[in-house]
Amino acid sequence: MKPAPFAYHRPGSREEVDQLLAQLGSEAKILAGGQSLIPILNMRLAAFGHLVDLNHLAGEPAEPAVAGDELVVGPLVRQAAALESALVAERAPVVSQALRHVAHPAIRSRGTVVGSVLHGDPAAELPAAVALLAGSVRARSRRGTRPIPAARLWTGALENTLAEDEWVDELRLPVRQPDDGFAFEEFARRSGDYAICGVAARVRAADGELKAAVAYLGMGGLGQVHALQPMAAEEIDGPGLRSALTEAVAELDPGDDLHASARYRRWLALELGLSCVRRAAERALK
Amino acid sequence: MTTKLFGERVERREDRRLLTGIGRFTDDLGHDAAQAAFVRSDFAHARIRDIDVSGALDVEGVLGVYTHDDLQGGFAERLPLLIPHRDLKAPRTQYALARDELCYAGEVIAMVVASDRYIAEDAAQAIRVEYEELPVVVDLEQAVGAGPLTHSDAADNIGAHVSEMKGDVEIALASAPHVFKWRFRPERSASMPMEGRAVFARYDAGQDTLEVYDSTQAPTGIRAGLAELFELDWDRVHVIAPDVGGGFGVKVMQFYPEEVLVPWASRQLGMPVKWTEDRREHFIGSNQERGQIHEVRVGVDAEGRILALDVRFLHDTGAYCPYGLIVPIITAAQLPGPYRLSNYRYSFWSVFTNTVPVSPYRGAGRPQAVFVMERVIEHVARELGLDSLDVRRRNFIQPDEFPYDVGVSWQDGGPTVYDSGDYPSGFQLLLDSIGLDRARQQQAEARAEGRLVGLGVGCYVEGTGIGPYEGATISILPDGTVSAATGLSTQGQGHETIFAQIVADELGVPLERVSVTTGDTRRIGFGVGTFASRSAVVAGHAMLRAARSLRDQTARLASTTLEVAVEDLVFEAGAVHVRGVPEKSVPLARLTLVSNPLRYAYGRDARLAAELAQRAYAKADRPLPEGSRPGLSALEYYSPAAGVFGYGMHAALVEVDRRTCNLRILRYVIVHDCGRIINPLIVDGQVLGGLAQGIGGAFYERIHYSPEGQIQNASFMDFLIPYATEIPPVELHHLETPSPRNELGVKGVGEAGTIPVPAVIANGLSDALGVAIDHVPLSPEEIFQLLHPEPK
Ligand SMILES: Cc1cc2nc3c(=O)[nH]c(=O)nc-3n(C[C@H](O)[C@H](O)[C@H](O)COP(=O)(O)OP(=O)(O)OC[C@H]3O[C@@H](n4cnc5c(N)ncnc54)[C@H](O)[C@@H]3O)c2cc1C
Repeated sequence: MKPAPFAYHRPGSREEVDQLLAQLGSEAKILAGGQSLIPILNMRLAAFGHLVDLNHLAGEPAEPAVAGDELVVGPLVRQAAALESALVAERAPVVSQALRHVAHPAIRSRGTVVGSVLHGDPAAELPAAVALLAGSVRARSRRGTRPIPAARLWTGALENTLAEDEWVDELRLPVRQPDDGFAFEEFARRSGDYAICGVAARVRAADGELKAAVAYLGMGGLGQVHALQPMAAEEIDGPGLRSALTEAVAELDPGDDLHASARYRRWLALELGLSCVRRAAERALK
Repeated sequence: MTTKLFGERVERREDRRLLTGIGRFTDDLGHDAAQAAFVRSDFAHARIRDIDVSGALDVEGVLGVYTHDDLQGGFAERLPLLIPHRDLKAPRTQYALARDELCYAGEVIAMVVASDRYIAEDAAQAIRVEYEELPVVVDLEQAVGAGPLTHSDAADNIGAHVSEMKGDVEIALASAPHVFKWRFRPERSASMPMEGRAVFARYDAGQDTLEVYDSTQAPTGIRAGLAELFELDWDRVHVIAPDVGGGFGVKVMQFYPEEVLVPWASRQLGMPVKWTEDRREHFIGSNQERGQIHEVRVGVDAEGRILALDVRFLHDTGAYCPYGLIVPIITAAQLPGPYRLSNYRYSFWSVFTNTVPVSPYRGAGRPQAVFVMERVIEHVARELGLDSLDVRRRNFIQPDEFPYDVGVSWQDGGPTVYDSGDYPSGFQLLLDSIGLDRARQQQAEARAEGRLVGLGVGCYVEGTGIGPYEGATISILPDGTVSAATGLSTQGQGHETIFAQIVADELGVPLERVSVTTGDTRRIGFGVGTFASRSAVVAGHAMLRAARSLRDQTARLASTTLEVAVEDLVFEAGAVHVRGVPEKSVPLARLTLVSNPLRYAYGRDARLAAELAQRAYAKADRPLPEGSRPGLSALEYYSPAAGVFGYGMHAALVEVDRRTCNLRILRYVIVHDCGRIINPLIVDGQVLGGLAQGIGGAFYERIHYSPEGQIQNASFMDFLIPYATEIPPVELHHLETPSPRNELGVKGVGEAGTIPVPAVIANGLSDALGVAIDHVPLSPEEIFQLLHPEPK
């Protein structure tokens, strides 16, 4: 379990990264926290000629910040820092809730929020939370910057829509509105594992109605958000929610694997969805 | 004042280094050694058509590339069959480097040695193997049926068939009021120690000596085998097991290919060579265990008394059987457990499959045995409408029946005769501790709310402390410290602490003054190894004997020095005192000195010894009296005639979460008895660690083979070892029924905690769900399927 040979680059500024990627093209791979990339290299599941290590960029923020009505997360904000951040807990609570299920302290202290989002594991927590919030990343290269909304960030498992010379220097998440309630639930075989099934929910209380949206993880896709029909508060505890969620689950295409069949995953999606949306609704109505 | 250390919760002296990261494991040595990497078979069954190593030779930094063609003499032959057995008619072991046929995915094909591991792996990747694929057999029943052959030149896949009977099962079944038949299927798992295997070898051409550091449970055996292979005198070969990060059986196997090849490469290249197994290699290259299929017929009376038990089982031995039939023999002998079976027959078939070879893993065939027996008890109770706890009580061997002969052979070849125990009392303590009435009420209330709560119980007997023997060498050094060594190696169990306790008690020295070395053939060449929960029993008594012989020697010397009779001496606080005259004493250090007449007074204390020598000469005496020897040291061995049998019982209250179909363990209670306890802290640790591993075996850890013989979960992402978060709080009770078979009254405890857990969890889940559960490990997916069967 040793990686194939690669050249190692340690840029000191975002511009240098741009430069290197422009030069090296598809041979280059960005290294952030390394918690996903390094195992892949060590097991020789992939090999890259060049690693571009972001960890020595000068002046990068260590914590998320608020800019206008968005929460901004830089490329070196560690998952641990985001989890401990009061700002995140207040402005994007679903991210805090999701982070509690991401791995273990040792991994979170190294792994980055942006790295997890870009890595794009369908069973990962953060992509679902980012999708639910309709966040976006800022892709940059020598050619300039462009925003990529979550809905268009992933094309499939472990695949994103960045061009060869692009990388991400910011994740932006709209901050919560006063009537938003969030919840996150997941089932994993062991505490801290990738989810077998998970769900992130937002319920917005508006005009006497509840508008719920859910995003799943471990259920195949990435970036999908299911908006449920608006419902009256009472319906949350009644059959209305169940049938709305049954419809949402029907749109999912989970696979069978060693740990769970698709049928079991759908069951979990429905069960977890019910309690997750209810909890989010309680919070929205508080 | 020296208090007795035996029985005290003495803190583990090894923990400081192990827990602060300053332990010294094999991989911590030989940083400048060349490193090996291996090419392993991609296929579970194939013939090697061609191996093209040219790509590897071109890699800069490569020192050697080897295939079977490069091996000569013993190295080119199959690795030894460690434990032969008269019924093992068709044994198979592998070659260090495969010769032509590959029988499991992972079998070693080629070795690369390079200046570092990175280069070695680059080169290994450049080696091209051309395979001719052969049909693969993984499924045990196919292997004994019409399935393909594991070894294409064999007549069938059956390595051995063994059967024994106590009483007459057929007659008893014919007259039994009720006869039932069931099937059980414990599945394949693996030990997964935190540290994989590792070998670091230094061959010295000038001296013609070989020194090997090996993460092994049996350095003495490795040493003897290497000496034979290398055709070197024992004196020229030494094997040391430094700190070893867990073994659990997988490292007692002697002669994994790498263990032979790395030393061989060191001699070949004339330089130190090292190899440290990585986790990927461990999954496909280190032995596994547990896969069996049992068919049971049981005859009972109306009260559930077992009149006859007839067990036929298939044992999956993987592609090779280097460890002989030990695992299925243990399964067969331990299946009756604490129950009196007057008529018992077992028949097993040791079956080859195209999978990683099998040898003991903590519990060694017992978790399967206990699972089967305890499920049988539950089935019987259900069929007859009885309380399964009553069925257990009615079948227990009673305290006045010891020694109790199970009636079949034990793994050492002798009879299986239990030495002591009190199963009914242990069981009562278990039920009292879990609060049976309250637990049942809790269960009834939960059920009324629609919750799925169940009670699971499981009992076991564990044969421990088998021979042939262990030795101990102990010296009192001139500074008064005591240095003890035994041949078996330690994998973190706490041997350094308990051996020191025994020695310190016997010599009356503080614990801190005793150092213990394990697993170093330079200190003691004779020994067997760490397995079968035997170290405390066998090496413990060797320590006791050596310490006692040293004490006798010391007493004789002190009696001359102090001019009192030996009987009037007391060993205490590092000195020998005259009973009743505490001021009249001589420190052990002084005695060591006076026993060692010196010419050179190299230090202050040594002056005394030099003067003693001069005084002797002045009287025309020999400085070293005839029949004596310098220094104080002793070497003794202990060889038990039979093993000793611990036992225990576990109970769990479990719940199935209806929403997630997951298992929740609400309560877990353990009662166990390993005879007299040397150190309760260590026994607790062993039992709790065992429990955690047992929970792994019950609900998490399972090696998934595809029909093509590929392990589909060969990483810690998918082979699920429970974390601390998955282990419930445990209530632990000790009983101490001394063994009458040894002086300390001790029995082994290393494996105990693991053994009954799969049975307990399966029984609990079966109770909660109201369905039969006849295989382990279980999973949430299976619980889901049981609760919500696929609509037909
Ligand atoms: C034992 C273990 C358990 C884990 N459990 C979980 C879990 O339960 N849930 C979970 O979500 N994750 C889990 N992870 C993964 C962990 O969260 C990773 O840290 C995360 O997925 C990737 O973040 P990273 O900073 O380590 O990225 P890296 O591993 O460095 O990179 C991952 C990928 O993202 C790309 N990348 C990273 N940053 C950028 C950037 N700024 N611009 C462009 N591309 C970039 C890299 O090129 C690479 O392709 C686990 C990891 C381990 C080792």
